[in-house]
Amino acid sequence: MNAPVPGALTSSLLYLDGVSVSFDGFKAIRSLSLTIEPGEMRAIIGPNGAGKTTMMDIITGKTRPDEGTVMFGGSVDLTRLDEAAIANLGIGRKFQKPTVFDFHTIEDNILLALKSKRTVLKTLFWQTESVQQKRIDEILGIIKLADKRERLAGSLSHGQKQWLEIGMLLAQDPKLLLVDEPAAGMTDGETAQTAVLLKEIARDHSVIVVEHDMGFIRELGVKVTVLHEGSVLAEGPLDQVSANERVVEVYLGR
Amino acid sequence: MITRFLLSNMDKRGYAFLAIVAAIGLLVPLANLLMPAGSPFHVSTATMSLWGKYLCYALLAISLDLVWGYCGILSLGHGAFFALGGYAMGMYLMRQIGSRGVYGNPVLPDFMVFLNWQELPWYWYGFSSFPFVMLMVLLVPGLLAFVFGWFAFRSRVTGVYLSIITQALTYALLLAFFRNDMGFGGNNGLTDFKDIVGFNVQAQGTRAALFAMTCTMLIAGFLLARGIVTSKLGKVVIAIRDAESRTRFLGYRVDRFKLFVFTVSACMAGVAGALYVPQVGIINPSEFAPANSIETVIWVAVGGRGSLVGAALGAVVVNWAKTMFTSGFMAPYWLFALGALFVFVTLFMPKGILGTVQGWWEKRRKPEALPAAEPAPAE
Ligand SMILES: Nc1ncnc2c1ncn2[C@@H]1O[C@H](COP(=O)(O)OP(=O)(O)OP(=O)(O)O)[C@@H](O)[C@H]1O
Ligand SMILES: [Mg+2]
Repeated sequence: MNAPVPGALTSSLLYLDGVSVSFDGFKAIRSLSLTIEPGEMRAIIGPNGAGKTTMMDIITGKTRPDEGTVMFGGSVDLTRLDEAAIANLGIGRKFQKPTVFDFHTIEDNILLALKSKRTVLKTLFWQTESVQQKRIDEILGIIKLADKRERLAGSLSHGQKQWLEIGMLLAQDPKLLLVDEPAAGMTDGETAQTAVLLKEIARDHSVIVVEHDMGFIRELGVKVTVLHEGSVLAEGPLDQVSANERVVEVYLGR
Repeated sequence: MITRFLLSNMDKRGYAFLAIVAAIGLLVPLANLLMPAGSPFHVSTATMSLWGKYLCYALLAISLDLVWGYCGILSLGHGAFFALGGYAMGMYLMRQIGSRGVYGNPVLPDFMVFLNWQELPWYWYGFSSFPFVMLMVLLVPGLLAFVFGWFAFRSRVTGVYLSIITQALTYALLLAFFRNDMGFGGNNGLTDFKDIVGFNVQAQGTRAALFAMTCTMLIAGFLLARGIVTSKLGKVVIAIRDAESRTRFLGYRVDRFKLFVFTVSACMAGVAGALYVPQVGIINPSEFAPANSIETVIWVAVGGRGSLVGAALGAVVVNWAKTMFTSGFMAPYWLFALGALFVFVTLFMPKGILGTVQGWWEKRRKPEALPAAEPAPAE
């Protein structure tokens, strides 16, 4: 994973430069630049409407930037690909509002996410192999939903849905995980467990986490990027960033 | 592998459905052919053909449920695929008439002679061969669905917009088939059939065979649809219905999955239409009427959207009711009754007859069971 790709323009796993996007004249992202190294975990914070989710929309192909460069793995231009192609490159996403398949069982949600060929014929004649079943069981254990595997995902609590979605990310086994507000709606205990889980995942994946919960960010102990009005306001260790006057003014101080 | 694909995951309800259709397919023709006319076990040829028609509708309903109930694509133009399959069969039956037409032309159907046409249009070639026609019954609706779906799904037309263009599709075909110069018999359509694979279409034995064939194809269609919806592809399709964009972020090419089920479904509808035509003895452009496609949606909603057995049941129940209604003094009010039924089902039985009955059943068995989350309206 760390070996430079031939023809790579950068050694970073993800490289955003001068990215801008506006909605009906409102600039949600302005000239945003950000790089994520292979194996890195990065926390992103910033006030409501700072553009954190929109940034993820751009990386995953949901929103096309008006200008700027978005490169993955050194040489792949993400702005030219659609959502499915980007997902298959190895970028997985957990949404801010947990989005699982309510009418599928918890186990089937994981099965659908499980890394595999996504073609029509392969899925039509799919047989789950024992290694795959093992992996599913393992993930169900990690997200602590093994005993509820037959339940419909729609019957889960908000926090459990968050975990299920993280489990789906694990099943996808992406190179880069984009995790939007994983601790929202969780009790303090659950939040702490989620931090442990994410740190575990970050050992062999690159991760971008967006969160408002400062305790949670502190728990992660990684480099922090502060977004404000669509661009980077500050970047560095949490202590350094939280000492920054502008950051205190626009975000932390309130 | 094929048997495994078709029969794995079959549930009790599925087996019951298969058993009932198989029994009907066997016993009704026997009761028609072997029982003397006065016997209480006798089934008249007219009744048999009427039920044959209902079962064709059941196959059409299953095909619609595959796209609507499972994939969330509300097609308001499925009647078009049914009618195209019907026209393919009708063309074969016209060619079978040979020189027995009113004008005695050995090649040209009567309506072409009447229009002073000198030779058979190229697109009528091959329709004298039954294997070719069987292929066309699948290919014509399938190809139309494929091309239509390719454009619609790739450009991500969904919801009401998609429904409207499917409706426009069937309406455009209605207008086209009305034209005499299209070469499909204009507003009279195709009729006065004589033979099918060498047997007289009116003969009791042929009618019985057609009925049995309809049951066979209903079983085949059910098994195929069931195999699809219970496979992993079926799970993907349901995922698309409930959270389309989420499915894309998992790496599934949503347009291709939709295209697959839409095309398979159109082929099934085509088969239903092909079986329908020899049993009713006519196919004309009114089969393309938008109202027909909408009625099909109502059958599925009444029976239970998202359940294949429910869809088939809905088609039979509503059409049986229609026959009862329209043969009595209430006839002029049928459309009101149908509309009222639709509103009633939508408001009070969102899971249709089958879903509601199942709900009662489960509640009686384990009253403490948690009710499943309410179905999200997926258009
Ligand atoms: N599709 C869209 N159309 C119009 N405006 C949008 C769209 N997506 C985002 N915006 C706007 O862009 C801005 C940035 O939104 P975004 O969701 O990225 O913020 P955020 O940093 O994730 O905030 P939060 O912490 O509340 O989740 C907001 O003002 C939002 O209203
Ligand atoms: Mg957000």
